[in-house]
Amino acid sequence: MSRLYADIHRKIGNFDLNVLIESDARRIGILGASGSGKSMTLRSIAGIEDVDSGHIEVNDRVLFDSDTRVNLKPQKRNVGYMFQNYALFPTMSVLKNVMAGLRGHSEENRSKAMDMLRRFRMDGFEDRLPGELSGGQQQRVALARIMVTEPALILLDEPFSALDGYLRDRMQVEMLEMLEDYPGQVVMVSHSRDELYRFSEELFVVRKGSILRQGETKSVFRDPVRIEVAKLTGCKNFSDIRSIDDHTIEAVEWGITLRLEKEIPEWVRHIGYRAHYFEPVWGERQENCIRFNLARVDDLPFEKNYYITPEHNEQAQGGTDAFKANADETLLCWFVQGEEQRFVEKRGLPDYLKLKEESILLLE
Amino acid sequence: MNSFIELAGKLDWSPLWISLKTGVVATIISFFLGLWAARKVIKKDYRAKSILDGLLTLPMVLPPTVAGFFLLLIFSRRRAFGIFLDKTFDIQVVHTWLGCIIAATVIAFPLMYRNARAAFEQIDANLVYAGRTLGMSEISIFWRIVVPTAGPGIASGTILTFARAMGEYGATSMLAGNIPGKTGTVSQRIAMVIQDGDYVTAGFWVIIVLLIAFFAVFLINLITGRHMKNIRKW
Repeated sequence: MSRLYADIHRKIGNFDLNVLIESDARRIGILGASGSGKSMTLRSIAGIEDVDSGHIEVNDRVLFDSDTRVNLKPQKRNVGYMFQNYALFPTMSVLKNVMAGLRGHSEENRSKAMDMLRRFRMDGFEDRLPGELSGGQQQRVALARIMVTEPALILLDEPFSALDGYLRDRMQVEMLEMLEDYPGQVVMVSHSRDELYRFSEELFVVRKGSILRQGETKSVFRDPVRIEVAKLTGCKNFSDIRSIDDHTIEAVEWGITLRLEKEIPEWVRHIGYRAHYFEPVWGERQENCIRFNLARVDDLPFEKNYYITPEHNEQAQGGTDAFKANADETLLCWFVQGEEQRFVEKRGLPDYLKLKEESILLLE
Repeated sequence: MNSFIELAGKLDWSPLWISLKTGVVATIISFFLGLWAARKVIKKDYRAKSILDGLLTLPMVLPPTVAGFFLLLIFSRRRAFGIFLDKTFDIQVVHTWLGCIIAATVIAFPLMYRNARAAFEQIDANLVYAGRTLGMSEISIFWRIVVPTAGPGIASGTILTFARAMGEYGATSMLAGNIPGKTGTVSQRIAMVIQDGDYVTAGFWVIIVLLIAFFAVFLINLITGRHMKNIRKW
């Protein structure tokens, strides 16, 4: 059974990193904006970043422990690390790069490296220099170079950020395939929710050096609990709430009252609603509906983004200055695609947008 | 032209061999010492770095005669360290070929050190980290990743070091003197024959120096050229 335990504390200037990553999931994701400390966490596990205090353990092998003063060199940690820019050695051929982690240039090592290159469909490129490869090929070589050393843990630092569009999508699929028969755990750090949603079984959300939320990836997206987590998982619409009774709240910024079947816990301070989940309603007003004015429409290749301002009931006529000044803040996003997009385009803008109870995110 | 050929026939070629030998030995010493010092210095924090860097660069900034003066102070056989070397190891520096090498090395070393340091600082630290996470030893990372990647910078440092060491005059004349066949380098020979008003011999040596200098630069560019494929033009 693979298990990663990393309790890491580090202070640099006024940045504080205090994270605890404990997981036995095969694919672990760390989601965070840039500067959140997610890469630093990864580097600490690999031993290429200093740690002030804590405890790092991979499959019951202690790599770092500040109490007993264990601090294995990165060379001794047996942790594979894939860098954002792949860090292939520019003066070495592809084959030499893959052999770099093996001791000596024996025939055995050579055939081991060649086997790995074949597995990643990079045979025929063994004499090339890294600079002569495409981004996707460089990534495959970087992974081959790691895999050939049979690491106990693999760390991927923003692996797709150096690739663009088409290649990025393809490499995400390919990466999962390439890692398929790797028995150990893989940790991937990214700012992209899509990448991590696809990749990880367990997800850790990091912000300003602390972990905001952890859990099974899909449940973190379904129930982010915290507003920052909801934002990082891609939620676009938020409102403060005022509690009216156990089942009723007022969404202050949206100017509507929402009635839910389920009881609303007392800790709820905000609600969030994902842009794709609104239901257009024509004609009669239903429960939990927003009446709105259209502010802007953006046409994207495969979807249409409507930016709307909610029409406040009491301010519908005229509107106060305060509300006007606030208009940008309360711009709601409604994104439609596919069948729904065609339907809306045919039928014209709906009179209301309905919030479905199961899609309303209750947030702290 | 004829007089040049005639001159070449009866010329004392020893300055050429002394200069070449001195240049090669001083370059080899500076090469390893420079790489070593550069590697040490870039690992220091800012304050220690500036102090060390200043000390190591000093010989290049000082007039060579000032460097020569200090070298004389250190190695003179009338002073403690010079006496110690002489009595214990039977090593004499003043007025010997060893003096030529020491003077040339001290003056040329900063060129090697500074170029190597600049090249090392340009290296993507992730390359070193990658080597470490792959389990490569620090020595292996240095010689197989850092030095080849810093190749062009190190090559130009080596060229400059060799050129400077071969042409060293000021410190050499003070420490090693100009003893024909022993410490008489080309630069000193040129100065000497010009003092005698013999411009033909001086001109002859000048042409030889030019040829060697050009050949050295050309040669090293040729050797490193193969590895410059991964350098982008801009």
